[in-house]
Amino acid sequence: MSDADHLPSPANDAAPDGLAALRAADLPAARAGEGVDWSPERDLPPSLWELFSSMDDASGEALALAFAEARRQDDETAKPWLWVQDAQSIRRGGRPFLHGLPVARRSGLVHVAAANPADALWAMEEGVRCGALSFVVGELAGDPKPLDFTATRRLVLAAERHGVPLYLLRRDGFANLSAARLRWRVAAAPSAPHRWNAVAPGEPRAGADLFRGRGLRPGHFTLEHGGWQHEPGHRLAVVPQPRDRPLEPERREAG
Amino acid sequence: MSRVIVSLWFPNLAIDRWSRNAARRGDGDAALEPVVLVTETAHGPVIDAASPLAAEAGAQAGMRLADARMLAPGLVALPSDHEGNARTLERIALAAQRWGPWSMVDGADGALLNASGAAHLFDGEVALLAAIERRFAMQGYTCRPAIAPTAGAAWALSHYGGERPLVLDPAALPRALAPLPVAALRLNEDTKLLLARLGLKTIGDLMDVPRENLVRRFRNRRAAEANPLARLDHVLGRTAEPLVPLVEETPLSAERHLMEPLLALDLLARIVTDLAEDLARSLEAERKGARRLHLLLWRVDGDTIARTVELASPSRDPEHLARLFDDRLEGIDAPFGIDQARLIAVWAERLEQEQDRLDAPEANGTSFPVLIDRLVTRLGRQRVARLAPRGSHLPERSQRRLAPDVQPPAGQYDLDFHQRPLKLLDRAEPITVIYATPEGLPRRFRWRGGLHDIARVEGPERLAPEWWRERSSARLRDYYRIEDETGRRYWIYRHGLVGDGRGGPPDWYLHGFFA
Repeated sequence: MSDADHLPSPANDAAPDGLAALRAADLPAARAGEGVDWSPERDLPPSLWELFSSMDDASGEALALAFAEARRQDDETAKPWLWVQDAQSIRRGGRPFLHGLPVARRSGLVHVAAANPADALWAMEEGVRCGALSFVVGELAGDPKPLDFTATRRLVLAAERHGVPLYLLRRDGFANLSAARLRWRVAAAPSAPHRWNAVAPGEPRAGADLFRGRGLRPGHFTLEHGGWQHEPGHRLAVVPQPRDRPLEPERREAG
Repeated sequence: MSRVIVSLWFPNLAIDRWSRNAARRGDGDAALEPVVLVTETAHGPVIDAASPLAAEAGAQAGMRLADARMLAPGLVALPSDHEGNARTLERIALAAQRWGPWSMVDGADGALLNASGAAHLFDGEVALLAAIERRFAMQGYTCRPAIAPTAGAAWALSHYGGERPLVLDPAALPRALAPLPVAALRLNEDTKLLLARLGLKTIGDLMDVPRENLVRRFRNRRAAEANPLARLDHVLGRTAEPLVPLVEETPLSAERHLMEPLLALDLLARIVTDLAEDLARSLEAERKGARRLHLLLWRVDGDTIARTVELASPSRDPEHLARLFDDRLEGIDAPFGIDQARLIAVWAERLEQEQDRLDAPEANGTSFPVLIDRLVTRLGRQRVARLAPRGSHLPERSQRRLAPDVQPPAGQYDLDFHQRPLKLLDRAEPITVIYATPEGLPRRFRWRGGLHDIARVEGPERLAPEWWRERSSARLRDYYRIEDETGRRYWIYRHGLVGDGRGGPPDWYLHGFFA
């Protein structure tokens, strides 16, 4: 998939020089599988991220919001944000529910119910062109025709130029060619143990597979994010997975 | 300066419209038959309008069809389309705004236009009358226009005044109107009959009668159409006649007349940009910002095209105003081109000039109100919304949609210890649930063809029906927060209790998705 970056770009491909330089300094090229590890603390420039998830749960949306929360600065809470859905994803996946959203984000939500994927894509692009927004969440069901490489390229350019991140949720989608800077495959993961009630679901977790990231090493993370209700200020965190770590050299020799 | 009122009379509106439609259908032979348009009444069909051939054969408006068939057995009778005629007349009145900003529908077959101070744009009043007649003839409508300083006089002249009558000076009105019959005063049948019995045939006869005699004779008649004196005063401009315009007040607008009819739609966008710049300038002079814009395009063949856009907040940024029409210009059909365009700020609000902070950073991209305008213009008002809490504990009623330009008011949210899902389905989906005992915790459920083992569960949280709003048979809901063995978290509920006497065994539904 990393081939996408080396394809000839459309004619309107002209990212500002400053931004390109910033990214180059920030993230060394990941040509030979090098690059740095992703972590929630790493401050990445705003761009288009794709999250592939199932239509039958909300792990993708939850993680997109968690990413946005992790980026949040204090002066940003008053800013509005956009949630764009196409008709199919509303039918299968429901609408955002105000009472379940992060408290600081409740008053800023502008919801767009687009009739078709083309309108939804257009609304997302209008959204990332608006510097007054703090971020945009987009939802598309399946693999709609208007979402081709050129469309994602346009979204990337607009998002980077105006500094508005776009988290594009691909519900039951196939990871085709795309210009998205980070691409994730997200699935629900069993939640953390509940502090008071052993049989109840605890803090939500998601298994996130970063399968392409510009300058980042692909990897699998189990991420824990706040339910936004019980413990305010709970942020996105990586759940350590000791068994996945490679053995240290001396142990390996010993074994 | 006296007013310039143009009365447009379409003597054959219904027939013209019918033959126009016949020609459009490619039905050329239809014009060769004597056609009458009829309305069903209690006394059988009555003729509303007769085509020239039918009129030649003896059919007249107002005759019964049976009587007309005695004279001309070959008459083809078609039902009248009164509603369609009224719609056409309204379009005509709108199209007449090409020559002036104020127009109204006048009766069943006419229109009134106020062209005061506008006639010089069309090379004077004489040329204006000729232009009006020519323009409607091109469309297939016979039009008899007339100009006078009052609406009543214009009406009288257009109906009874001969070829393109024109009176500009109010002092000349009595002499111009004197030879016209009293019917030109728009009187009802009863009054016309009375005047005929009194031997008053023309308006001149009526003007010769001493005023006090007329006052005494008609003092019981309040309605203007029954009182010749009131009508006489209207016609001569002694009393003002209330008129109801198509558009009530004259809003700010910008206009372009094109030398060459415009055929290419991409040039149209250019015209709109020019208009927006002109309009922005006049809005700025009045310290106003547009909230609703109306774009009128006049086609060469006489029709008009109208487009409306609305803004979330007042604006006079020409670029923004013009861009709102980008999507709306698609699908404009003008085979012979467009030769006049007007952009009207139908609704404008106060917008003061404000200075930004001197050290403000350069704005990044579009502003929020502009974003909302563009979303609403392309997607429609009902598709863009802000969400606000509503005072109800039932999940599907506990939030409402607000217009996108409304800041949601502070409201009561659900209590923090009631965890709520991130997303809610518009309609809860039925599921099949296996549970240990009728009152026990659910163990496993089937939904959308998949089987989910429930690993963890919290609940129930009981939500009672809103008894003040629902029927007494509404059932309560027991909500459970569950997590299946792969970690997917759902909000499911059992609808009702076993043996609550409100329907059969309880059903289960899946209502929402947790983070």
